[in-house]
Amino acid sequence: MMVVIPKGYEKAKPGAMPDAKLVAEMSKYNESLQKAGVLLSMEGLHPPSMGARVSFAGGKPKVTDGPFTEAKEVIGGFWIIQVKSKAEAVEWAKRCPMPDSEIIEVRQVQEFEDFPEDVQRAASGEPALRKQLEKKAKKR
Amino acid sequence: MSVGDLATQRAIEAVWRIESARIVAGLARMTRDVGLAEELAQEALLTALEKWPESGVPDNPGAWLMAAAKNRALDHFRRNRMMQEKHEEIGREMEEGFTPDFDSALEDDIGDDLLRLIFTACHPVLSTEARAALTLKLLCGLTTDEIARAFLVPEPTVAQRIVRAKRTLSEARVPFEVPRGEELGARLASVLEVIYLVFNEGYSATAGEDWTRPALCEDALRLGRILAELAPAEPEVHGLVALMEIQASRLRARTGPSGEPILLMDQDRGRWDHLLVRRGLAALERAEKSRGVLGPYTLQAAIAACHARAGTPAETDWKRIVALYDALAQLMPSPVVELNRAVAVAMAFGPAEGLALVDALASETALRGYHLLPSVRGDLLEKLGRLDEARGEFERAAALTRNSREIRLLLDRAAALHSGLRVVK
Repeated sequence: MMVVIPKGYEKAKPGAMPDAKLVAEMSKYNESLQKAGVLLSMEGLHPPSMGARVSFAGGKPKVTDGPFTEAKEVIGGFWIIQVKSKAEAVEWAKRCPMPDSEIIEVRQVQEFEDFPEDVQRAASGEPALRKQLEKKAKKR
Repeated sequence: MSVGDLATQRAIEAVWRIESARIVAGLARMTRDVGLAEELAQEALLTALEKWPESGVPDNPGAWLMAAAKNRALDHFRRNRMMQEKHEEIGREMEEGFTPDFDSALEDDIGDDLLRLIFTACHPVLSTEARAALTLKLLCGLTTDEIARAFLVPEPTVAQRIVRAKRTLSEARVPFEVPRGEELGARLASVLEVIYLVFNEGYSATAGEDWTRPALCEDALRLGRILAELAPAEPEVHGLVALMEIQASRLRARTGPSGEPILLMDQDRGRWDHLLVRRGLAALERAEKSRGVLGPYTLQAAIAACHARAGTPAETDWKRIVALYDALAQLMPSPVVELNRAVAVAMAFGPAEGLALVDALASETALRGYHLLPSVRGDLLEKLGRLDEARGEFERAAALTRNSREIRLLLDRAAALHSGLRVVK
C-alpha cells in the first residue's frame, strides 16, 4: 500500500481540492499503475477538517470534529498495489508526480500468515480461544 | 556484497519487473525478432547490474535501460551491415537493407507493441509449455530459474524450452503483429489459455509439496489485467480476469495453518479477499455487457461469482450454477465440465441425481486417471451413506494425484470413514 501525506493537508480548509494541473499529472500516473496491472484500489481523502476523531482516552470513546489544531502529517489518500517486493513498491512510489516536500509512505498490508498462531486462531473466529484471550486480557 | 549493493540489486530487479516487457516489446518492433529483442534487453540488464552499483539508479531507469538496449541493437545492426558489405564484395546484392526505426518506435504507444509481444509469445505454433515459459520470461520478467521453480522442472529444461521457442518463432517467420479478422478469435483463445494455465498452476499445483503457489497466480492476474487494458473490447479477456480475481480472492482461505487444502464449501468466507471479489464482479459485469453469447471464461466467472455472492454455503444459488454449467457444456462439451455440472446438480437436486450423472461419466477415457472423478464420487457416496464404497473412491483418488497435500486430504477422508466416523460437514 502506498499512503500519500500531502504537505499542509492537516490545515487544509473543508472542501480543499488539489489544482487541476496536479490532478492531470496524477491521473496519468494512476493510469500507468492500471496499465501495468498492479493497481488494485485507490482513494483520495477529504481533509481532516471535514472529518472527526474518536479518541479513546481511558478506554472511552470521545468524539471531536475537525479541524484539529495539533495534527501533523495526515493522510491524503492511498493506493493499494500488488507487487512482488518492497523494492518494486518503492520504485512505483518514486515515479509519482508529487509536489515539493510531500511524502509517500510505502507500507505492506498484513497477511494472515504474518500473525503468530494464537492471533491467527483468534482471527479465524475460534470462539474458545477468543474467550481465553478475553480472560487473559481481563486478568492484566 | 555490501548492503548498498544488495539494495541496488533489489532496485534493479524491481525496475526490471516494471520495465522489461515494455523494453522487449519496443525492441521486438525495431528488430522484428522477439528472440533477438530479448537478448538485447538482457544485455542492457547486465550493463545496469554492472554500472548502477557504482553510479546509483538513474532518475529514469526505464529510459536508461531502453537507451542501453537501443545501443546494443545499433551495434548489432552495424555488425550485420559490415557482414552485408562483405557479401556485396563477393557479388551478392542485398539492396533492401533494413534500417530500424528507433525514434518512431520510442514515441509510439508502447501498448501496441506489448499486445504484439503477448500474441507472439502465445503463438499456437509453440507448445503450451513453451508458450507459458516464454510468456513468463518476456512479459512477467521472470528468470529461467524462477520459471523452473514455478513449474517444478529443472532449470536447463526451461532454458532449452525458451531457446527452442525463440528458434521456432523465427523459423516459422511468425510476424510481430496483432492478428486480425477471423484469426483473432483463435489467437486470443491461445493467449487466454496460457494465462489461465499459469494461474491454475499457482492455484492448485499439479505436483509438489505446496497446494497453492500464490506468486504464480499474481503473475497471471497481472498479465490478465494488462491485457484487459490493451484489449478492452474483448469480453472474454474481462471474463478471464473476473474468473481469476474471484478465484484468487479465496487463496488465503484455501489453505489451513499447516498447509492443508480447505475446499470451497468448508472455507471461512470471512477470509476471502473482498477487494478481489469486488474487482472480479466488476470485471464480470464488463464481460457480460457485451452482446452475443457469453464465452467459456465469462460463464466460469459467473459460476465463481455465484459462490462469491453467497455469504454462507447454504445461500449458494445451485440452480443458477447448474444452468450456467448447462450453457458451458453446450459451448465446450467436456467430461470435466460434465463432472462439475454433476456436483452442482447434486447440490441443487440431491446427491442421488448427481451420482447418476457421475456414474454416466465413468467410462469416459478423458477422465481416466483424473483424481477428481473418484473424489467427487466418494463425496456423493458418503452423502448417501454408502461409506465403504466412498472409502474406496477416496483411496483411488489419492493414488491418482501427485500433490502431496491433496493426497493427505483424500487419505484423511478415507481414514475417517474407515474408523466409522462420518465427517460432519
